[in-house]
Amino acid sequence: MASSSSTRSFDVASLVEDVNLRRVLQYTLVLLFLGFFLVPLETGIMTAIKTNESVARSLPFAPPASEGFTLGNLQFAFERLADSFVNSLIMAIPATVGSVLLGSMAAYGLTLVDWRAQLGVLMLFLAGIFVPYQAVLVPLARFWNNIFPLARMLQPFVASIPFLEAYHANLAPLVITHIAYGIPICTILFRSYYQSLPSSLVEAAKIDGSSITKIYRRIVLPLSKPMFGVVFIYQFTQIYNEFLFAFTLVVGADAPAAPVTLILPAIGASTSGIDFGIRMSAAFLAAIPTLILYVAFAEQFAKGLRTESG
Amino acid sequence: MATHDQTDHVTESAEEVVGWETRLRYFLNSDFVRSSPYWGIPFVLMGIAVYGGIGYNLAISFTDYSGLGTPDYSSLDFEMYTQALSSDAFLAAAQNNLVLLVVFTTVCLILGLFLAVLLDHGIRFSEKFQTVYLLPMSLSFVVTAQLWLWMFNVESGILNLIVTTFGFAPVDWIGNPSVALAAVIFALVWQFSGYTMVVYLAGLQSIPDDQFEAARVDGASTIRTYLRIIVPQLKEASVSAAVVLMVFALKAFTFLYALVGRYRPPNGTDILATLMVRRAFKFGEWAYSAAIATMLLVMALGVIGPYLYYQHKQGSL
Repeated sequence: MASSSSTRSFDVASLVEDVNLRRVLQYTLVLLFLGFFLVPLETGIMTAIKTNESVARSLPFAPPASEGFTLGNLQFAFERLADSFVNSLIMAIPATVGSVLLGSMAAYGLTLVDWRAQLGVLMLFLAGIFVPYQAVLVPLARFWNNIFPLARMLQPFVASIPFLEAYHANLAPLVITHIAYGIPICTILFRSYYQSLPSSLVEAAKIDGSSITKIYRRIVLPLSKPMFGVVFIYQFTQIYNEFLFAFTLVVGADAPAAPVTLILPAIGASTSGIDFGIRMSAAFLAAIPTLILYVAFAEQFAKGLRTESG
Repeated sequence: MATHDQTDHVTESAEEVVGWETRLRYFLNSDFVRSSPYWGIPFVLMGIAVYGGIGYNLAISFTDYSGLGTPDYSSLDFEMYTQALSSDAFLAAAQNNLVLLVVFTTVCLILGLFLAVLLDHGIRFSEKFQTVYLLPMSLSFVVTAQLWLWMFNVESGILNLIVTTFGFAPVDWIGNPSVALAAVIFALVWQFSGYTMVVYLAGLQSIPDDQFEAARVDGASTIRTYLRIIVPQLKEASVSAAVVLMVFALKAFTFLYALVGRYRPPNGTDILATLMVRRAFKFGEWAYSAAIATMLLVMALGVIGPYLYYQHKQGSL
């Protein structure tokens, strides 16, 4: 049904044909919801580029008048956020790559083979997606602080790497944590894709005597390129946006290794209240990486979400 | 007889040795073992982090550890659990959790279904609209909390502009305990209803078009067709979307924390997750917060368990 109208060319005749009460109502609702989803974003952007005086005087969603326009808020917010941006990327990129690769490997191992306890193992992976992180926070904090202080151990080494500071070592436990907790979702995303691949390909290679590693490298990996895109975008968004693990492992918004999400709620706040011009600027700067990915790859992002729900 | 017996025995044990070796070789060459480096490494890493973490948390919750030195595992009891269950703060938080779980999930499902149906039928630029409706889902809780803090602002927030236009007094959405939870749910629905829409759209697209045609030939109205024929077929989409939404609701900590940038969320919106983090990181009551976390996990299991069982029964794992 949807396809019949999308193939119709956009001409006046079809427009007139479409105009009836039901159509008008349908489009009105569609546009109303467009407003519902866009107004908070539009308001935020407009507030980000207004002077304090203009924020107080004009309507929140109205564009700034010429004398109320400023890029000062954005500049101030960027200066506060710049270091944490670097922290977020140093954390999110390796964590994404690690969890996506391990997820792909696990999914390959679990779709290729057939053994009795396989379903049980799969259940454990699946349940891992839904476990609330609060249930592991206390052990995580104790493990990385008291039992295995990886951050402290790595500091001299990380300091010797060009462009990195000693405090970036504090991100190492965070990266490993994100990889470990990202494995379940990545595995499930890849598994549904591998199940849809033609099994004849893998079977033929097996008969030819290819090893499991060779099949993975020569056949499965090249075929899963599109799925790598989907999982990478989905997973990067999740890890970059994550707050609770960062909060637990990099304590304090003033910690030098704090990722963006950790310091955002503190920007523009003072005893006299919140400076919303600065706060909105910071919110948008913080959102830019995932917004760009989303606008460029919305379909892949949606695909990740759809697969996540089974 | 005796010699015969002996030869018999020798052949038997020789067979046994060969059998054992063959079986070992067969086992080592099986797909199970040869593929184990692939699924085994991720499984061990994930298993330690998730299930090891849960077990460790459970162990700490039976102690009375408060952050200094190491937990004392010699006297284990349920003291932290009884302490939590008899505290008003815990009960209020658990109640808010339930409200959030039920109301947020229900509203998201209904709105998501409505949006999916709205966009499923002959809307021009349907994909573009979908992209915008789903946009909030790509943002962090921390970012959306800032946007809504501004929308809910007492003096110049848009919500109050609407309210005062209709002649009512402005409302302190975040500061007033009697409306704060509703305001939080409203903002969360804004962020997540696009997700439900996507899940339902996938479900709708898997339903053949001729069912609409058949219903139309029978003279059924569009609304009737959806309610009677289409929606019942979306059961699976509803179940899986509901589970994901409920887990998000249980995790709403980040949104609530970021709303005010402090350990204590706005009055009247404390949930188990915020209570747990405050007890642990502000007051250092590790054992107590581990007990709260365990109960939160039990709530999550109450949602996940039946879901996994249902999926297993459907054979869709």
